Amino acid sequence: MAMWFARSRNLVSILRQNLGLSATLIKRNHSSPRPVFTNYQLSSRVFLDPSTSFRHESTAVETQPDLVQQSDHEDDAQELDFPGGKVGYTSEMKFIPESSSRRIPCYRVLNEHGKIISDSDFIPVSEKLAVRMYEQMATLQVMDHIFYEAQRQGRISFYLTSVGEEAINIASAAALSPEDVVLPQYREPGVLLWRGFTLEEFANQCFGNKADYGKGRQMPIHYGSNQHNYFTVSSPIATQLPQAAGVGYALKMEKKNACAVTFIGDGGTSEGDFHAGLNFAAVMEAPVVFICRNNGWAISTHISEQFRSDGIVVKGQAYGIRSIRVDGNDALAVYSAVRSAREMAVTEQRPVLIEAMTYRVGHHSTSDDSTKYREADEIQYWKMSRNPVNRFKKWVEDNGWWSEEDESKLRSSTRKQLLQAIQAAEKWEKQPLTELFNDVYDVKTKNLEEQEVGLKALVEKQPQDYPTGFHI
Amino acid sequence: MASLLGRFCRKLVVPGSAHGSRMISTTACDSEAVKSLNLYSAINQALHIALETDPRSYVFGEDVGFGGVFRCTTGLAERFGKNRVFNTPLCEQGIVGFGIGLAAMGNRAVVEIQFADYIYPAFDQIVNEAAKFRYRSGNQFNCGGLTIRAPYGAVGHGGHYHSQSPEAFFCHVPGIKVVIPRSPREAKGLLLSSIRDPNPVVFFEPKWLYRQAVEEVPEHDYMIPLSQAEVIREGNDITLVGWGAQLTVMEQACLDAEKVLDFIFQLKDNWFKVSNMGLELIMQEGISCELIDLKTLLPWDKETVEASVKKTGRLLISHEAPVTGGFGAEISATILERCFLKLEAPVSRVCGLDTPFPLVFEPFYMPTKNKASSSSSLSSPLKKKRHYLIMGLHVWCRYWMQSSPLLITSHSICFFR
Repeated sequence: MAMWFARSRNLVSILRQNLGLSATLIKRNHSSPRPVFTNYQLSSRVFLDPSTSFRHESTAVETQPDLVQQSDHEDDAQELDFPGGKVGYTSEMKFIPESSSRRIPCYRVLNEHGKIISDSDFIPVSEKLAVRMYEQMATLQVMDHIFYEAQRQGRISFYLTSVGEEAINIASAAALSPEDVVLPQYREPGVLLWRGFTLEEFANQCFGNKADYGKGRQMPIHYGSNQHNYFTVSSPIATQLPQAAGVGYALKMEKKNACAVTFIGDGGTSEGDFHAGLNFAAVMEAPVVFICRNNGWAISTHISEQFRSDGIVVKGQAYGIRSIRVDGNDALAVYSAVRSAREMAVTEQRPVLIEAMTYRVGHHSTSDDSTKYREADEIQYWKMSRNPVNRFKKWVEDNGWWSEEDESKLRSSTRKQLLQAIQAAEKWEKQPLTELFNDVYDVKTKNLEEQEVGLKALVEKQPQDYPTGFHI
Repeated sequence: MASLLGRFCRKLVVPGSAHGSRMISTTACDSEAVKSLNLYSAINQALHIALETDPRSYVFGEDVGFGGVFRCTTGLAERFGKNRVFNTPLCEQGIVGFGIGLAAMGNRAVVEIQFADYIYPAFDQIVNEAAKFRYRSGNQFNCGGLTIRAPYGAVGHGGHYHSQSPEAFFCHVPGIKVVIPRSPREAKGLLLSSIRDPNPVVFFEPKWLYRQAVEEVPEHDYMIPLSQAEVIREGNDITLVGWGAQLTVMEQACLDAEKVLDFIFQLKDNWFKVSNMGLELIMQEGISCELIDLKTLLPWDKETVEASVKKTGRLLISHEAPVTGGFGAEISATILERCFLKLEAPVSRVCGLDTPFPLVFEPFYMPTKNKASSSSSLSSPLKKKRHYLIMGLHVWCRYWMQSSPLLITSHSICFFR
């Protein structure tokens, strides 16, 4: 069995030396609290201007407690030459512990009461941006609530909420540019919402009507929009991760000022595609931001049954990927982290991993009743006391940018709009039957033409056996 | 050893037969240059052309940088650069997933899986992602630029994990195409078509032929259409359908079956040789075989096979993959549906055994030409036709001395069909 020895110098700098990486290690500045960008730089922009790029000090790689401590037995002068580069050696047999003495700390800016923690690094958010972010978080909440109820009423077949993860959804979207290509898992409709997908468009997909861009082929919540650079959701977990590496590489080859951004849950990181995606992105030096929503649950599987590592953030270094753990319920922290990661990815052409800590307040989906495997008290606690929307709302209100009147106006108008959207979507014409056979290939093949003819004849002959409304 | 098909079509002049099947010419124009190439060189040429003609195309996979374990990617990295031709980590699901991402952004990704035996980790990406990418998005997105190449098939000493023919798994997946070339010339044209086809394609290359098959391959950029089968040998008595390296074996079986037909035509000049022994031989052999290369298994050209079976009345399908659930079953079922009343015998499948591909037992496992020849379709007496054939000849010989040959010959021929 091989004993692995390493010098006790910072592992990251060793890797950099040996692999010839040119990225400079940026130390965090411990001077007086100040935001990294001036308000002037950001005040007038809601979206990141793609033409500018920043190198800012806050993108420091948080130096981890060293994995291996310097010991008396190490011979600094001598090194061994192996295919991966030079390594120092030691005669002391020492195993790297299975976990660090301290868990990787979680980056946060706002405390639970919506106040900025002193000495925080963060990228300031203008009033316009903050208000928009809050509005969208609230809209997402209302949308989730109403669509969930619509499913319960039997009007749509399925739904999946993002309750508890509104900050991750909206703040990450706000930190990206519209050219960044998003490959979602399935709990990120807020990103699409931010980019301009309308409530009607969401409703159309859920009802699978004629206006659905997906042409009624997939279950509800499997949104996709090429116009908004949001790849269509697919149910298999983590398949989007290696695809994101390919997308990032394509953007790099086209020299676009854009990156791939992809989402995954804590459960998805156990999939082989997680390993494949991160490894490929690192080796190919592709500009990809991997955002892991660690919400504690994969349906009924708690994270203690999912992995034995300190969450997901520690896995980044295993692939040579810069990573950060962030409080996913803190919109400002998520915004800063994603914005910084995006900049790093694009300017340095490298992948970045963000682990956003959060809690899945809702059930996994409308097919799940999470009270069967977790305490109702626990759910209630996170819903009330650790609510990301309320927390951000407090900060926005404290700044005088939002009032209760704005709140009730927003909620009631959104609710009304949603109910109307649902009513309209429900009544909308269904897809024509021919769409069952289109798009399997670019052009319909002979066997499909034959099957279509056969099916049409059958439906015409026995219409009572088939649902109505599908134009033949 | 150079064994080749297609080039050696013999048109059998059997009276009364109609040549209704299509022939796709892959011959080069007189003015175009050709070069004698083996399969891996032809594929290499196709890849060079693909990368040359589309600057947004990429070739990658394990070990492709130095030329690949089968030399199919020689010279590509040097010529087009490591940004476009590169090694990947050892991870098939990553290779295909990465390829899907590239293709979804409008590029052509020609990915290599080192052996078809190792394609399974990528099966999820192929079936759940690539095949459904266009359909599930309502045609907003597609990964049509993806082509997955993999060497497949027996190689003499490959055993379980270097000999598999997994085409049947993929033929069951709507949304992808499955293409298998039989020779160097076919491979170059079919690969270029596959790369340029706006749908994801799985392209299996018969590794046995990488060096064994040598053919004149046109040097220019040409494509052979997908989903069009080719009748590479015309015949009247039985249709044989196959793909890839198996066609070589099947052609040998055809040659064996047809041998004595030559004998019959020699009779005209040597009528006195007709004896009881000669007639016995005719009773056993003399079968005119029509051989079809399917080329594209999904979507497959049913019309060509159907037309052929309606003419011959018999079908034999042969593939290396295990017989149960193999693609031969699909062909058999379809032809039964379409040609039932024209069939004179059950459809025959001469395939691999239902075992993992064995090492020392490979000669017993393989669907050899002898297995084909002794299969019920080829060996069972073609009663009706043979009967008339024998009768006709008998009559002809009897009356040869008594009447003018012209009269008797025409009298006999009417018994042939």
